[in-house]
Amino acid sequence: MVGLVVVSHSKQAAAGIREIAQEMGGDARIEAVGGTEDGRIGTTPGPIGDAIAAVAEDAGGVVVLVDLGSAVLNAELAIETAEVDDVAIADAPILEGALNAAVAATAADATLDSVRSAAEDAADVSKV
Amino acid sequence: MSGDTRQTEAVHDAIEAIADRLADEKEYLTELDSAIGDADHGANMNRGFQAARDRVAETDGDPAELVKTAGVALVSEVGGASGPLYGGSLLKASQELDDGLTAETTIAFAERYLETVEERGKASVGDKTMVDALTPAVHTYKKSIEVDDCEPIEALGKAVDAARRGVEFTTPLRAKKGRASYLGWRSVGHQDPGATSTLYLLEELLDVATEYENGEVAVDAEADIDPDELPEPDAEDVPVDGGD
Repeated sequence: MVGLVVVSHSKQAAAGIREIAQEMGGDARIEAVGGTEDGRIGTTPGPIGDAIAAVAEDAGGVVVLVDLGSAVLNAELAIETAEVDDVAIADAPILEGALNAAVAATAADATLDSVRSAAEDAADVSKV
Repeated sequence: MSGDTRQTEAVHDAIEAIADRLADEKEYLTELDSAIGDADHGANMNRGFQAARDRVAETDGDPAELVKTAGVALVSEVGGASGPLYGGSLLKASQELDDGLTAETTIAFAERYLETVEERGKASVGDKTMVDALTPAVHTYKKSIEVDDCEPIEALGKAVDAARRGVEFTTPLRAKKGRASYLGWRSVGHQDPGATSTLYLLEELLDVATEYENGEVAVDAEADIDPDELPEPDAEDVPVDGGD
């Protein structure tokens, strides 16, 4: 099994993206992490690492979706210090990537690579 | 050993001085960041270094341990890209100080810090980031010692001057990394906040290093010190006091 961690600068954005992705992702395990621990816009590695560890425990593999800047850097830092083997950051737009990944994660033969790859396919989606 | 004690005191003083400086410059850094970023650099750096100051004050340890403690505090408290960039790099580079502060260990520290910032931030010279202040500072420090045979304190003074020129160099550039890159051409004409805070750290390192040299140091004292080179102030303590 593979689960997702959604990391945004905003707590509301992270929660909202999870909500949208969960609608398509059925029972896929999705954690949302957003904002700093004292409620500001931003990210810190501690809560990201905790979410990765929690999802890894339930689902095994973890694909991380990030928005920008410090979310990427802090997710990388969290992964380096988390004791989780099957974890990867998807190089994808956070909302579309999360949605694609949530769908892919519910496939019977989902793997870390298949879910990450589905998320990254969202980079090429044309909307209009 | 008196050399060790002096080094430990110098690192405590340096972190204290940096925390004070960032508190003083909080508004200015935020002003720079509001022009081309998300207006949080001053507050983030201040919060991070106040936490670093508090944690380091409660830590008994050698210079490597103190720098590591400061790094951990920045990583967990900053809440922006400066956390992993400043804190993560201090954390990693602190390993180079296991043998205390010498010319060799501080060069290794400075190089490791720069390398870690570049890798984590995926930034190069000319991207309008802290790398533009850091690179000339680290290169100048290393070259001044290894090629020109300068004392570390003198090399640090030259490094601070180099960092200052690097900060000025960021103003006419278009940002390629960080939040400022979203502004495209509108980022041109503004000084980079991360390069500026890097200069402040170096300036404070130089000030503290100079104090530890009893004010005898012939360097351009205008320059502030970069955080990357924190250990340098003490570099001379080793040959002087190491045998005590």
